[in-house]
Amino acid sequence: MKHTKPVFYFLFVALIFSCSSLGFQSDELVIDDEEFGIEGGRATDPVHAIPTSTPASRRRVDLDSSSDSKSVQFTLEHAFGDSTYSPAGTFTARLKTWSHGGKTLTKLRFSRNGLTDAEKDAFKRLLEEDNFYTIRVPSNVLNPPGKGYILSSVPARCIPRESLDEHFVIHTDGVDILALNYGSAGSCQYPRPLKFPKKWSFNSYTVMKNSEQARRTPTFTEELLAAETGEEEALKAPERSFWSKYWMYLIPLGLIVMNAITQAMNLPEEQQPAGQSASQAPQPIAQRATNSAARRR
Amino acid sequence: MSQIIKFLKECSCVIRWHQRYIGKTKHAVFHSHKTGRKRVVVSTEENVIASLDLRTGDIFWRHVLGENDPVNQVDISLGKYVITLSSEGSVLRAWNLPDGQLIWESVLQFSAPSRSLLHVPTKFGLERESVVFVFGGGWLHAISSIDGEKIWKKELYTEGLDIQQVFQQDDSDSLYAVGFLDSLQFVAYHISVKNGEVLEESKKSFASGFYGSMLLVSRDILVALDASRSSIVSIKFSRGSVSFHQTYISDIVPEVAGIVEIVPSKLSGLFTLKTDASLVLFRFNSIGELVVENTFSHPTILSDSISITEGHQVFAVMQHAETKVHIAVRFVNDLTSEALKETIELHPQRGNVQKVFINNYVKTDRSYGFRALLVMEDHSLLLVQQGKIVWSREDGLASVVDSTTSELPVEKDGVSVAKVEHSLFEWLKGHLLKLKETLMLATPDDIAAIQEMRLKSSEKTKMTRDHNGFRKLIIVLTKAGKVFALHTGDGRVVWSLLLRSLRISEGCECPSVLKLSQWQVPHHRAMVESPSVLVLAKCGPDFLQSGVFSIIDSYTGKLRSSQKLPHSLLQVIPLPFTDSTEQRLHLVIDSNFEAHLYPRTPDSIDIFLREISNIYWYAVDYIEGIMKGYSFNGKCKADMEDQYCFNSKELWSIIFPAHSEKLAIIATRKMNEVVHTQAKVIADQDVMYKYISKSLIFVATISPKAAGEIGSVTPEEAWLIAYLIDAVTGRILHRVIHQGAQGPVNAVVSENWVVYHYFNLRAHRYEMSVIEIYDQSRADNKDVLKLVLGKHNLTSPISLYSRPEVVVKSQSYFFTHSVKVMTVTTTAKGITSKQLLIGTIADQVLALDKRYLDPRRTASPTQSEKEEGIIPLTDTLPIIPQSYVTHSLQVEGIRGIVTIPAKLESTTLVFAYGVDLFFTRIAPSRTYDSLTEDFNYALLLITIVALVAAILVTWVLSEKKELRDRWK
Repeated sequence: MKHTKPVFYFLFVALIFSCSSLGFQSDELVIDDEEFGIEGGRATDPVHAIPTSTPASRRRVDLDSSSDSKSVQFTLEHAFGDSTYSPAGTFTARLKTWSHGGKTLTKLRFSRNGLTDAEKDAFKRLLEEDNFYTIRVPSNVLNPPGKGYILSSVPARCIPRESLDEHFVIHTDGVDILALNYGSAGSCQYPRPLKFPKKWSFNSYTVMKNSEQARRTPTFTEELLAAETGEEEALKAPERSFWSKYWMYLIPLGLIVMNAITQAMNLPEEQQPAGQSASQAPQPIAQRATNSAARRR
Repeated sequence: MSQIIKFLKECSCVIRWHQRYIGKTKHAVFHSHKTGRKRVVVSTEENVIASLDLRTGDIFWRHVLGENDPVNQVDISLGKYVITLSSEGSVLRAWNLPDGQLIWESVLQFSAPSRSLLHVPTKFGLERESVVFVFGGGWLHAISSIDGEKIWKKELYTEGLDIQQVFQQDDSDSLYAVGFLDSLQFVAYHISVKNGEVLEESKKSFASGFYGSMLLVSRDILVALDASRSSIVSIKFSRGSVSFHQTYISDIVPEVAGIVEIVPSKLSGLFTLKTDASLVLFRFNSIGELVVENTFSHPTILSDSISITEGHQVFAVMQHAETKVHIAVRFVNDLTSEALKETIELHPQRGNVQKVFINNYVKTDRSYGFRALLVMEDHSLLLVQQGKIVWSREDGLASVVDSTTSELPVEKDGVSVAKVEHSLFEWLKGHLLKLKETLMLATPDDIAAIQEMRLKSSEKTKMTRDHNGFRKLIIVLTKAGKVFALHTGDGRVVWSLLLRSLRISEGCECPSVLKLSQWQVPHHRAMVESPSVLVLAKCGPDFLQSGVFSIIDSYTGKLRSSQKLPHSLLQVIPLPFTDSTEQRLHLVIDSNFEAHLYPRTPDSIDIFLREISNIYWYAVDYIEGIMKGYSFNGKCKADMEDQYCFNSKELWSIIFPAHSEKLAIIATRKMNEVVHTQAKVIADQDVMYKYISKSLIFVATISPKAAGEIGSVTPEEAWLIAYLIDAVTGRILHRVIHQGAQGPVNAVVSENWVVYHYFNLRAHRYEMSVIEIYDQSRADNKDVLKLVLGKHNLTSPISLYSRPEVVVKSQSYFFTHSVKVMTVTTTAKGITSKQLLIGTIADQVLALDKRYLDPRRTASPTQSEKEEGIIPLTDTLPIIPQSYVTHSLQVEGIRGIVTIPAKLESTTLVFAYGVDLFFTRIAPSRTYDSLTEDFNYALLLITIVALVAAILVTWVLSEKKELRDRWK
């Protein structure tokens, strides 16, 4: 048990300075194997592993001078198609205990294990078959696997770009993991073409999402009161433009004006003998109109 | 004034119908007092108490008690009050018999769940007449039936005590409450009627124990079965002494085998035993020995006995013989003589008689007549008198569980000349009458004729498809396993079918997981083929029960095929594919999460295998709070031979932590919803793309502590978490917490938005929130030139496995009502703006414009926003009285609202069901694409004719004048 302290301390240092550095990864895999073991031997160990790490983190706490917080780790496991799950990497997060007893995970870091040759072959096979690459994490990080494992899958062909690009979104609620959204870092074409990556290493992006609070419903009691006092103003119809108000008068007026203009244009022709050509059809009508008007007068 | 008239006119043309039901009758009490109108009071499984007219079956009055307030007992007291005991014996109410008004209500003390028993003394003494005795929740109460005041109460609760009968012997001053203690001891309390004092308590153990409940046979003899159900135990008790007498059933009825049961009935001196093969009627003879009186073969139903004269008691025996039912009313004392013997013919779609209640009356010749109220297997209610069915009520329609629609047949060409002439004459006559009405020349008779014509307007109720798609068949499935087709024109039942495989006689005691789905909708051969619907059901609540798969013709209601599935039935998934005969592909998921494809044709398997890599499904475990997504992965492991069976592979899972979240509701988009436009142009000429995905699901969880009633927790302990989840990848697209919010949660998902309703404990009000989700990955498609040239990625297929770039807008508003159900209107093309249809607590349907639930509402919208139609922000959603779709009507106990698009884009058909059924047609943005039904075509025609005439006349005149002018 003695050696766990420096190990965890080391882990923290690793966490703080660089999370995705490959040099440290191999070390963490060893830790992983020691502390958590591979699948099957995990169920009992972590319970012990975490309390033993407490003093180490406490010391860390003192240095940090922040409130209660300690480090927790949980394993990411993966499966190729129908294969069994094997460890693929480790998530490390800081567990923060609030004064009211709530616990939250912060500062999530992830270190991916390098792909072994067998895994590489399995992944290639997945790409050829266009099958699913599945990963899982425990649903409770303090007491894995909690109520069960959180699974997420993606068609393997979505992942390769230059290297294997992956994107994790971990939704947490305290120390529980609700869901793991896993997929390619960018878009995934459909239909999916077969494409092998140039570099067989994972390029991981991780995001942790906590709860988001809803906006409060707006309340307008003051404005309502204000509206009550100034009710008459509120009742007033909105100002309309001149055109929208008087269009019904303006259109007939326009028509009359136009009519008058045509009449004025026709006026000189009145002296001429009526009905000259068939092509001037509007003119005789206008003439008749003026004639009749004149007679009525 | 003109506006009012317009509104009325609009209403008169709205087609709607409303049908009132009560549900399956549990108890019936006849009221034969000398009030003018004869009526029967019934209580039903839908928690309704109603008073029905014995002549017509109409409802005089009706009360729908809440969902959590089931009626346990009903009786009549003082000849004028209906006494009901409900909520497991904790609420006693008295209703006025003539008009159903609540006279009083008493909430009784309750310490532990127990049987609820009601004893109303029948013979009126001087003081006793006004007392009723109630046992419920471990307490015995004496309550004044005049004002509901508790006269005394007595706790009769000890651990393991099950009081089964409360009765009086010969209307004495004492009361007996008898029961079993741990099913081993017989306990009798002798209680004073005056003050509830226990006068005597007698107990006696029975070594082999009792089974089930006991039955009071006569004033001092009870019967029960022993624990092994092999012998009948008669319990004789008188003051202080209890004696058991055990009789082996095989000794007296040697032929009886299998499981036996005592039928709970009141036959004064007789009792019946139900065996696998028959009903056996027993009596205690004069020396106290059990004798078999009669044996009836199944299916036979006996009524309780009623007394017609002093010392003469009768009961009814109903025996089935194919479609006929023999009713015999026999005397209790002398089983050989029959007071009545009738045979009635029953519709085969009603099933067997399940319950019978009889009532006697005095005939015109002063002899006794009997009428019988029959409760049928399909939950309908019939009244039989003088060998005839006087009336029948389709009360199965009060428990609709699922519904779908079907188009009507296409109108066929080639109508006979005689028919045309007839209809032409009718048409002329109709128009003449209408003309008379318009000219105010119509006599009252004519007006009545016009009204009738309007009601029966053949246009509405025709059995053919119409141009606007208003006429359809609504196919509903009821709890009893009966399928009804209702015409949207007037709500009449076009056909009904009681599924044989779901009947009790076929060994299906309680059908469950009833699902109705469209099976085949022929388009290519619509003239020759008729559509069909699929009914999937399971007998009993057991997971491993195998399902029943039936296909019914939608036009005729004939059963096309029915089969028992070789596997269990957990979930049904209709797929968006049809095979070459236009049968829809369905996946049935069994309890091993293996999927079975239907129809089982090579064609369907081809289609399915082609699409298999793009089919995903998810399952929800509400109790554990786990959601899991699956895809298909090869053939079933159990049965490799079966090529229609597929294995599922788990792809994703979401686990809600048990200590902080409890699944409350899951809402999805409708399968058949049409979205007209993917983009939304917002005020500043910008475009936002809606995130439209068929796999978008809304999930709401609440804190487990706040799962109880509103107000049971503090706001700090209550929260609601809303999720938007993609069901294919299991991605959480959005997650938001509402602190201080509590269920019940109702939600509706449509297009790219979700609206949900809950209670806000901090604000002490109900609240509605809206979330709209927009796709950012396509946001750069704004260049008009690119769009015109087709250089955009809007038509390329989108994979949900791409990283979603979504933006979410949300807003919350206060809402005055609590909500029972919520849905959204659907139209044929999705152009018409949407309305939310809300089933309110008052059982009305309220239409609320979606515009009010726009997250982009601001307190002072800019001019451009106003033009876009954004309403200034208010904290509360307005409830406009005119927007009640149901107007003045109520859809009692509303459980569901279904919207069906009509062919006419502006119009949605709305069908609401609960205890009542309601149908109407609404146009959320007014009928902009059609003329109203009462549009005056004649006036239009006359105007056109007049105009043409005027043109001709003026033309002639002008010609003449021109000629004259030229001659000048």
